[in-house]
Amino acid sequence: MFTRMNRTLLAVMAASVTGLAHAVAPYNMSPGVTETTREVFGLHMLIFYICCAIGVVVFGAMIYSIFAHRRSVHPKPADFHESLKVEIAWTVAPFVILIAMAIPAAGTLIEMDDTSGSDLTVKITGYQWMWEYEYLDEEVSFLSRLSQESNQARQLNSGIDVTKVENYLLDVDEPLVLPVGKKIRLLLTANDVIHSWWVPEITGKKDAIPGYVNKMWVKIDEPGVYRGQCAELCGRDHGFMPIVVKAVEPAEFEQWVASRGGKTDTQVADSAPAPVAPIEVAALGNIQLAESDTGSDAGMSKEDLVAKGESVYKQNCAACHMPNGVGMPPAGFPSLVDAPKVKGPAEDQIMQVLKGKNAMPPFAYLSDEDIAAVITYTRNSWGNDYGVVEPAAVAAQR
Amino acid sequence: MSHAATHDAHHDHDHGPEKGIMRWIKTTNHKDLGTLYLWFSMIMFFIGGLMSLVIRAELFQPGLQFVHPEFFNQMTTMHALVMIFGGVMPAFVGLANWMIPMMIGCSDLALPRVNNWGFWILPFAFTLLLSTLFMDGGSPAGGWTMYPPLVLQTGDAFPFLIFAVHLMGISSITGAINVIVTILNMRAPQMTLLKMPLFVWSWLITAYLLLAVMPVLAGAVTMLLTDKYFGTSFFTAAGGGDPVMFQHIFWFFGHPEVYILILPAFGIISTIIPAFARKRLFGYDSMVYAMASIAFLSFIVWAHHMFTVGMPLAGELFFMFATMLIAVPTGVKVFNWIATMWRGSMTFETPMLFALGFVFLFTIGGFSGLMLAIAPVDFQYHDSYFVVAHFHYVLVPGAVFSILAAIYYWIPKWTGHMYSEKLGQIHFWLSAIAINLTFFPQHFSGLAGMPRRIPDYATQFTDWNVISSIGAFVYFVVQFIWAYNMIVYCIMKKGEAAPSRVWDGATGLEWTVPSPAPYHTFETPPVIDESEVQGAHADEHQAEANPA
Repeated sequence: MFTRMNRTLLAVMAASVTGLAHAVAPYNMSPGVTETTREVFGLHMLIFYICCAIGVVVFGAMIYSIFAHRRSVHPKPADFHESLKVEIAWTVAPFVILIAMAIPAAGTLIEMDDTSGSDLTVKITGYQWMWEYEYLDEEVSFLSRLSQESNQARQLNSGIDVTKVENYLLDVDEPLVLPVGKKIRLLLTANDVIHSWWVPEITGKKDAIPGYVNKMWVKIDEPGVYRGQCAELCGRDHGFMPIVVKAVEPAEFEQWVASRGGKTDTQVADSAPAPVAPIEVAALGNIQLAESDTGSDAGMSKEDLVAKGESVYKQNCAACHMPNGVGMPPAGFPSLVDAPKVKGPAEDQIMQVLKGKNAMPPFAYLSDEDIAAVITYTRNSWGNDYGVVEPAAVAAQR
Repeated sequence: MSHAATHDAHHDHDHGPEKGIMRWIKTTNHKDLGTLYLWFSMIMFFIGGLMSLVIRAELFQPGLQFVHPEFFNQMTTMHALVMIFGGVMPAFVGLANWMIPMMIGCSDLALPRVNNWGFWILPFAFTLLLSTLFMDGGSPAGGWTMYPPLVLQTGDAFPFLIFAVHLMGISSITGAINVIVTILNMRAPQMTLLKMPLFVWSWLITAYLLLAVMPVLAGAVTMLLTDKYFGTSFFTAAGGGDPVMFQHIFWFFGHPEVYILILPAFGIISTIIPAFARKRLFGYDSMVYAMASIAFLSFIVWAHHMFTVGMPLAGELFFMFATMLIAVPTGVKVFNWIATMWRGSMTFETPMLFALGFVFLFTIGGFSGLMLAIAPVDFQYHDSYFVVAHFHYVLVPGAVFSILAAIYYWIPKWTGHMYSEKLGQIHFWLSAIAINLTFFPQHFSGLAGMPRRIPDYATQFTDWNVISSIGAFVYFVVQFIWAYNMIVYCIMKKGEAAPSRVWDGATGLEWTVPSPAPYHTFETPPVIDESEVQGAHADEHQAEANPA
């Protein structure tokens, strides 16, 4: 333990002091790949240097005074204790500096606010804990979640060396693809709680709020892959809903849209009804969109419940209880296969899903139908055969 | 001493405290209650500190090693609530209890029974809050800011959170009322407002802030409660409510709240620096005006916590400009402290070290605050570790260092015994180094793109987090040196006996009474020697006639 600590310390010292062990960790804002991020970076450095200059004066005076006016060399204190002139000077001077800083900042802010004249609009919806991207004109939409590899590695005591995982926690199953050189309007909202969309190299963050549609715009200069994360605490897996933007040439973007079965520019002009790829429909069905809640609870068969439950399970439960239900008992996640809780009375299982227990958080925010479905799924999978739970039973226990 | 006891000796009620536990439960004595507040605060600091160690242990390396994400979120939420409402605020109230009556020459606070009640609410409030750690589903995990809709997903802990916040609010309000009526009504006859020690001024202003905003917080959390249990939709978009409205209400409380956490610190630093520079505070009047301006501005800058919620452009511009303005009065305070040191005759006992550490490190927190005020750049800084670094710089080497400075400065007066100067110096230097190790690297990880409130991070942030975690553990351990010093040297009286004027450069009525201060002081108002007051002097003209 001690030697490991020593090694880490040495590595840190080597890294941060000499830079020999490996490249020094990033320590400053990225200038990014858009005109706006470069302007923001410029403002950041400007105010940083101004603070440094003020710091040199203030700390310089203070350190000088600490040495020169200590009792051993300066035994008799002066007795001045006010000076109107000096006090006015150091009230006015900062004011002037502030105005000098406020003017360029206001200019940038006004520019950033103007989302007019955009070539493309993407609606971004935050969910616990993934993003949905909808290209409004192209009629393409999909969900974007943490990549499987990162997701497995990030489990408590997963035994996987996360430093070996490429782009650990910053990789998704499907990135947002955007064309370079176009003004893209991003509309942001959320379905459950507040999220915040942030990819530092292409834009600052903006909150995705249920009931609101916020907007911002980006115009990416260079093709490349840019990574970011949700920036507003949104619950258990807030740290695990990254954002990946793949910026490509416009022609490649068109191809991509076509490959996703969306409308390319020409098709949009023809307003031909383009088929939406079935995979998206399936994916959309997995999440509790408002429309899906309108379906009536009554008519759900066991098969429907199990099918729906499977997707709810994958989204909410599989990370701990594993896709095949065996859990990770050493890490404290029990197996659900033939488990007492799953065999036992449905009321107990419903209660645990609603209220949580120990490491398991409460899932009361899921709909009755989702909870009934996921419980039915666990009771009828992996060799389990313990009956159906109806949404009404869940509603009764709320 | 001589001017303290000029009235005829009449007291037949010069009794000591009751014996046993009932002394502490029934006490209405400002010194006893000050002691209780300070002990309570110390316990909370250690509990909150342990929570921060859970956080730092998990963040020591990428990957999840110790706790589940849900528990991590509980720790960040509880750490903030415990430190703010249980640590810093009660510590300042404890200092106010002990010192305000002794500084303005009155026998006790104006409402002693309310004072007792105000304190004894707190253990109940925090029992409620901390009990949630042991519940199924755990503690609140939606952040101390309690943003809906996330906070409405809290399980059984939710009502405990709300009622704990209500109780803390009641406690703060009673304390604030007590401070205001005491200062306005009970000053010794010659203690005019502009002669009061700055610590008293800082608390007068703080108390008004508390009185103005704690009811706002109570309103906000009550609306959360009815949203969750009584079918209202104040903050639920689906029911016609507005989640952003909560943020406006919360930060209308929250921004003045951060000044509640720092104004008494300004008062403490303005007391300690002149004492050890052996020179009067520079610009007393402008210090008072600066604090009043900061307090006023604190009511019109709240939305700078919300630049990313999508406010209209005009709103963002207004809140950016108003926030930048705060730099002006804050700058005045820092400049005045340095001017106080300038051509003084300084020595560097532990209280002075902590005060100087405060000025240095608080100023660094001020710089990052100024950077955060610039709205277009805040879109990058916001909710990143840069913000975490900023507010910890103003709260730990800011508020907490000022509390430590105050305790070192006044504890000989409270207990009659000196602390160990050697241990005090060690405590300061280790704390100062560790706190910078902890929080300075967070500026870097934040700028490099690490969001706050995450239990695990991408591997490029590892180095900064390793340093930060080491710093945090060192800082926590070092505080035991302080606790040992205070308990063994001052409370258990190992330290040498303190004279009534503990520091040769200190002024103020508290130094005219013996050490330890008797159970009752200033039962008759003292006649004040002008050399003891911090504000305007009668010999003003004389001083101006003979500039140094």
